[in-house]
Amino acid sequence: MSKVIEHVTCPFCGCVCDDISVEVEDSRIVKVRRACSSGQGVFTEYDPRPRRPTVAGREVDWDVAVGEAAAILKAADSPLIYGLSSSATEAQRKAVELADRIGAVIDSTSSVCHGPAALALQAVGEPTCTLGEVRDRADLVVFWGCNPDASHQRHFGRFSLTVKGALTPQGRADRTVYVVDVRPTGSSSKADHFLQVEQGKDFEVLTTLRLLVKGKKPPVDAVGGLPLAQLEELAERMKTCRYGVAFMGMGLTMTAARQLNVAELFTLVAELNKYARFTVIPMRGHGNVTGADQVLTWTTGYPFAVSFARGYPQFSPGEFSAVDMLVRGAADAALIIASDPGAHFPHRAAERLKSIPTIVLDHASSVTASTARVVFPTAAYGVDAAGTAYRMDTVPIPLRRVIATDRVSDEELLSRIIEAVS
Amino acid sequence: MLGIIGGRVYDPQNGSDGEVRDIWVKDGSVVARDEVDRERAQIIDAAGLVVMPGGVDIHSHIVGAKVNSGRKLRPEDHRGNERRRVGDLRSGTGGTVPTTYLTGYLYSEMGYTTVMEAATAPLVARHTHEELEDVPNLDKGAFITMGNNHFIMQSIRDGRPQSARDYVAWLLAASKGYAIKIVNPGGVENWKWGRNVAELDDEVIGYGVTPRQIVQTLAWINDELMLPHVPHIHGINLGRSSSARTTIETIEALEGRPAHFCHLQFLSYGAGPGGIHKSEAARVAEAVNANPNVTVDVGQVIFGAATTMTSDGPLQYSLHRTTGNKWINDDVESESGGGVVPILYKRTNPVNATMWLTGLELFLLIQDPWRVFLSTDHPNAGPFTAYPQVIKLLMDREYRKAMFDRIHARARKGALLPDLDREYSLGEIAIVSRAGPAKVLGLKKKGHLGLGADADIAIYRELADKAAMFARPAFVFKDGKLVARDGEVVASFPGRTFSVAPAYDPSIEAEIRARFATTYSVSFENYSMLGVESAHAETIACG
Repeated sequence: MSKVIEHVTCPFCGCVCDDISVEVEDSRIVKVRRACSSGQGVFTEYDPRPRRPTVAGREVDWDVAVGEAAAILKAADSPLIYGLSSSATEAQRKAVELADRIGAVIDSTSSVCHGPAALALQAVGEPTCTLGEVRDRADLVVFWGCNPDASHQRHFGRFSLTVKGALTPQGRADRTVYVVDVRPTGSSSKADHFLQVEQGKDFEVLTTLRLLVKGKKPPVDAVGGLPLAQLEELAERMKTCRYGVAFMGMGLTMTAARQLNVAELFTLVAELNKYARFTVIPMRGHGNVTGADQVLTWTTGYPFAVSFARGYPQFSPGEFSAVDMLVRGAADAALIIASDPGAHFPHRAAERLKSIPTIVLDHASSVTASTARVVFPTAAYGVDAAGTAYRMDTVPIPLRRVIATDRVSDEELLSRIIEAVS
Repeated sequence: MLGIIGGRVYDPQNGSDGEVRDIWVKDGSVVARDEVDRERAQIIDAAGLVVMPGGVDIHSHIVGAKVNSGRKLRPEDHRGNERRRVGDLRSGTGGTVPTTYLTGYLYSEMGYTTVMEAATAPLVARHTHEELEDVPNLDKGAFITMGNNHFIMQSIRDGRPQSARDYVAWLLAASKGYAIKIVNPGGVENWKWGRNVAELDDEVIGYGVTPRQIVQTLAWINDELMLPHVPHIHGINLGRSSSARTTIETIEALEGRPAHFCHLQFLSYGAGPGGIHKSEAARVAEAVNANPNVTVDVGQVIFGAATTMTSDGPLQYSLHRTTGNKWINDDVESESGGGVVPILYKRTNPVNATMWLTGLELFLLIQDPWRVFLSTDHPNAGPFTAYPQVIKLLMDREYRKAMFDRIHARARKGALLPDLDREYSLGEIAIVSRAGPAKVLGLKKKGHLGLGADADIAIYRELADKAAMFARPAFVFKDGKLVARDGEVVASFPGRTFSVAPAYDPSIEAEIRARFATTYSVSFENYSMLGVESAHAETIACG
């Protein structure tokens, strides 16, 4: 017998679409409607069959694996807890509790993604809004160093480009859209204006825009490969729009100048409010990376790269960020939650991870799991575990359990590990 | 079981003003002596000690989207203010916006046991409740911002107040909220157009309604739904020289309906010489004294670091422009907005000094302590950890005078404060920090030590220095369990979250649902928290 579950939330990317319809037959997902291709995969490629945990590649009982994980963490001088962003806030809260208890360093994928946007926020603030405001009000949208057409496939249709809103009844026709990037992308092909900035010159272009907005004209013909006239036109549109929104991605956070790029954009946006309403939203990647920032912040005061080694939270990106902890050889054990640093980290960090005792909680197989000492096959949040995820605009949305399986959630498992180390 | 023997009990609701009494506790409640087996009870010898109900904070920003933005914004605020993990007690960072666990501990260490989160946009109420779960040792509730809500403004415009009423009832249930909060009615919506409101009869862009209509309708709805608390109002013009006038006009606009005006200090200014505000506390206090339907909390400014965070978007922008400090703004679709700006209040700054004395003048000029409550609008005017200092300012006029003499001369000139000799008694402190707020919140088991009250009890050593006395209670009990000893937290367990569930015509749901797809970016089913179970939830009855 099949049943259709509506208003299901997809945990894949920072859009956290919560209008998905999932058809379930005998505890199997047979059809997914409205999800993008990435979101489809979350529901249809997941193998929910119960699996036993492994220690050193051999299947063992849960108690044995929990005991082994606890022994690794207790023996470590400097354990690292990393990942979090594809888990639910309920599990993230447990992960921080565990880190606090054992004096670990805890970090999320923010540190290799939008971490610099958090540093920019700490430096200059961040005028922002929810995605419904973008849909309803924005008549000027600027995508800077991001390509939602590929990374956040429903963003345009739900929030930012073609969607119709209260003050944008014509949808696409009511919006002027800019893409600023180093190369043409799927997103730039859908924009009204594409500014192809020279690689590494975003900061100069942003500074120039700040000057132009203030009515000052630098004595040059072009900046970052862009004719000044083009930037003057953009600055003028920014000052005269009704409600402008900038979305920024890793083209700003992970290129030279990093947080300085982002701080320059945030400052530009703040200054534009003298003339028009203007806001900015970081285009967060993983489904609940925003939740990881939020949970770490309410429990420690800091959004990522936090050490409990001294018994209280300390924040130091570059020191307590996972890649740096590994490359420096500072971590002597690792607990990886719903993430695959073995596949995505720089070579030296990934190699170091292989050489230390590692515990993995993941609903799927991964490169990290293949070399980890202890592997817990947990449930997938949003599929066979319920929880909460925060959208890129920090709106919290419930993740539903659409099929019932015997898998344990990250939250339950972390609770057991906390008990075992206590 | 617990017996607190021989203490001087300040329980104003039950008429005890320092009389020596014994308090008996069983299963977390205050009970009659014969219900406790004295042999098996823990006995606290309270001879010579001051016994009060646990503190009740009617207005504090401790959790949720805005508060967490404030934490994220200010690493410089946390450093040097860390708390180590000890045993099962969690670590944290403090400063003006402490982390969740530390917030619970710091309140415990002052003898507070109930705190209300002052502003939550319903769209992000789920976040508020997640954080509330991580605030130990306190009973809590969340006020829900409604003063710029599209559904409500549309219903007012369409002449359908009943539909606004049913919607408000649904919204409180759907967000698991405790009370109606109004923040700069209409002004936050106008800020989304780069504007604000300045008068009660200004128009809200796109709706044609006015701040006056919004306040009046929500006050009527509050009565209709018989909510335990009254509408909790942060009016228009906060921080401006027109604020005292519009505060008095707002009191008049209520036409006798009950309401609570929060952090009134920020809304009691007039135009002074040289473009510097002057205190209009006397005029505002007169209006409060004349209108028994009105209660207030003060929002006393504390000299030092603070973090302003309100749902008042245009206010936060103007603070950013005035101070040049970093600024977070958050426009929330269809219902709210807000922002965060760090601030430093200096006694040598004439504006800050004026704010400081305005608050104290309100405390001293509002005659009925049952209608003026202790707050710093944490962390807006200062951190809640400064409450003992405020108590000393109220109880000790020499201390007050000495501090007044050190503020900027321009603020001192013509000020009323040095002529106000009133000193609060311990009994009055018990009213403004416990009994009064509990009463107007409609929390019948809070703020007193009568039979059936929750056994939330703070025991202080009486000292001449009232700041020292209230900063380090000898014992603090929450639900009859010891949570702090000699000003240090000793236990950590979850408190309750209070919410209301007023009755409404269920047909309103269809209308809300129909409009949801075009007004929100999340689905109706994922917005509403109706049916979401929480281990620590407690519904407070209406009516």
